Amino acid sequence: MHRLLFEKTGNAVWISHLDLMRLFQRAFKRAGLPLTHTQGFNPRPSVSIALPLSVGVESRCELLDFDLECPIPEEEELISRLNAALVEGVRVLRAYADGRKLRDLCYLNCDVVLEYDGGVPAGAGEAILTLLDQPELNVEKKNRNGVTVQNIASMIRERSMETGAFGELILHATVCCQNPTLNPAQIIAAIEKYLPELAPDFFRCCRVDLLDREKNQFR
Amino acid sequence: MTELLQRILPTVQKPARYTGGEYNEIQKDPADVRVRVAFCFPDTYEIGMSNVGMRILYGVMNEMEGVWCQRVFAPWGDMEEAMKTHNLPLRALESQEPVKDFDLVAFTIGYEMSYSNILNMLRLAQIPLHKEDRKGLKNMVFAGGVCVYNPEPLADFVDFFSLGEGEEITPEILRLYDRAKAEDWSKEDFLREAAKIPGVYVPGLYRHEYGEEGTLLRIVPEEGAPEKVTKRIIEDLDHAYFPTKMVVPSTEIVHDRGNLELFRGCIRGCRFCQAGFTYRPVRKRRADTQFRQAKAMLEDSGFNELTLSSLSTSDYRELKALTDALIPYCEEHKISLSVPSLRADNFSRELMQKLQTLRKSGLTFAPEAGTQRLRDVINKNLTEEEILTSCATAFAGGWSNVKLYFMLGLPTETDEDVLGIADLVYKIICAWKEHGINKKRGLRVHVATAFFVPKPHTPFQWEQQITPQEYLRRCKLLKEHFYSKSIEYDYHAPDLSCLEAVMARGDRRLGPVIEYAVEHGARLDGWDEYFRYDLWQDAFRACGVDPSFYTTRGFGQEQVLPWDTIDVGVSRDFLWRERQRAYRGLVTPDCRHGCSGCGANCLLKEVPCDA
Repeated sequence: MHRLLFEKTGNAVWISHLDLMRLFQRAFKRAGLPLTHTQGFNPRPSVSIALPLSVGVESRCELLDFDLECPIPEEEELISRLNAALVEGVRVLRAYADGRKLRDLCYLNCDVVLEYDGGVPAGAGEAILTLLDQPELNVEKKNRNGVTVQNIASMIRERSMETGAFGELILHATVCCQNPTLNPAQIIAAIEKYLPELAPDFFRCCRVDLLDREKNQFR
Repeated sequence: MTELLQRILPTVQKPARYTGGEYNEIQKDPADVRVRVAFCFPDTYEIGMSNVGMRILYGVMNEMEGVWCQRVFAPWGDMEEAMKTHNLPLRALESQEPVKDFDLVAFTIGYEMSYSNILNMLRLAQIPLHKEDRKGLKNMVFAGGVCVYNPEPLADFVDFFSLGEGEEITPEILRLYDRAKAEDWSKEDFLREAAKIPGVYVPGLYRHEYGEEGTLLRIVPEEGAPEKVTKRIIEDLDHAYFPTKMVVPSTEIVHDRGNLELFRGCIRGCRFCQAGFTYRPVRKRRADTQFRQAKAMLEDSGFNELTLSSLSTSDYRELKALTDALIPYCEEHKISLSVPSLRADNFSRELMQKLQTLRKSGLTFAPEAGTQRLRDVINKNLTEEEILTSCATAFAGGWSNVKLYFMLGLPTETDEDVLGIADLVYKIICAWKEHGINKKRGLRVHVATAFFVPKPHTPFQWEQQITPQEYLRRCKLLKEHFYSKSIEYDYHAPDLSCLEAVMARGDRRLGPVIEYAVEHGARLDGWDEYFRYDLWQDAFRACGVDPSFYTTRGFGQEQVLPWDTIDVGVSRDFLWRERQRAYRGLVTPDCRHGCSGCGANCLLKEVPCDA
């Protein structure tokens, strides 16, 4: 098993998880790198992406595992062949001959950008950080079985606030990403619930890095 | 701050269909572009991106120096709402620039139920609907595709039509436009010149005169316009443009795969089938050409699925040579090969067995009619014996799924013919009981009936459509005669087929109807979620047009037909002859067993008809 680190930015953020898998399967083919296939009645190319990313979320730290039927090229060559076969916004950054077990993946660093069309309300940054310090932040989460309530407070491990170049707020946070998983958009849901007057006009999220239990970089 | 479109995208379904940026999308330097074409498909991205004609013409236009062709699709309802709320005009995918900034707006039209989308897309683009409200060369609207073999319902809105296969005529049109723009011609001058290009039909140069009851009396060409406009064809498919570098969608579309067009035209002559007559004459593409093109396209796109397309795969003379080359190639590269539209003959059965090693698909037949008598009337020469033999072989090979497609409301159809469907299905069930090896899994017979829609340029172009009430009665009658639990029966709702029938044989009086319906919310009529027949009924009432004029009334032999200006190569005399043979129950053998003199071979100058 080999591993790729890739980013998903720009318009590529609108490509869904399943579509991205198909995109990579085709990109490997276009690059002349035959993937191995699963055994069975309906063989599938063996690619898997570590943590499915929600549509619309940017990432600089996606991991994809794959196996080739041919010898694997040198990292530099592999990266350039794949990138030539991919679309704008999906770019391979590194390739690894191996990778750690996914169960060691524990946290992710993410940025949540809060845009206020009329300018950031006074004291918003501090108020939001104070909110995130509360022991209980119950927000609704939709899943297949309907709506459940999730206390997200304990899943947000670190946070800091920065003002961006265009006056927007950027929340840097470290959140749990496996067992349980926190979708960073849930932080906005908490703001909308507890501090409705500070709800942004628009927000976007970005995954920045993946960490293990000790908060070391995970690859 | 994030721009408006990016803020809207998280709120709509499948946002990737609005952003462009796919593999092989064509980007050009605007400084090198003199003619910009907004190539519109009047349905959603998933449907339009599956269209082979659009892929070809996208490539053809973008190969031209100075031309940039960009794609435009109809937005889904949620996106349309957002566009209206924020006053965002319809944009092209490649440059994300508004369609109203383009020189030419082209539509490819393959389905009558997309007429409302054409007008709605023009509205969303903020381009005037009526051709006389668009002054000058800017935003000229033209259209091609099978539906424009009767272009009259759209004559109020479209400046000119491009008839037939577009590989050659489209560059001719664009070169003329390029010159007209450089020399600052008037729109009228351009249209008069365009009408001289063989295959270009300019509706504004023809006066349609109606009688008191609304029947068309005369079509008068003006300003030297030709009396007949003949469709264009490509004679030599081996040297025709083939889109090796296809735009590969990043999001799932309906037909997400590579495609080989085996040949054009059809030798069969099923009397209800518009494609069967309008795609004539038969022209082949050599197997070695196809294999070379398939390899190049699959390597470039990375597709893991390839399909062979044509109107009747088994009639491709080099099918064995082609599949002998393709099957090992596809196996080696893990590409699943699908070969649809096979006839029920021995070679096909062998081929299907070979393909089973790649992927298992179901068994599908389109007998269209339930009795041999009616199949003879419509000239569908598929016999009950062929169907049952194929089923028996398939059942013995482990298959347990059969799909059967029929039409109801065919000319001369009686209750006996309707019940013939139930009888055939019963015999298939018996065949399964006798030959099936996998009895535990059970048999599924899926039966679907469609409501027959008479189409222009077919022997049935003069026919009356039965009423929706009568159609439903026949559906009910059939349903009552299905006794087995193995049968799943679906029938098309009649409203859509009635409207399709109106549009298919409609004339210029339908222009205001379509406009009214669109103004009151009609769009995406091909989608159950959006189709509202009541809007159309209101539109007919408001415009004083009786839809039954185009459906149940039928046309007389001597009557002027709205599409009489359009020549698809097949003569009207031949069609009438075929109609008479239909009523006598006489089969016309396929073209390989003797030319029946349809006239389409006269379109060929360099090669003989390959029928």
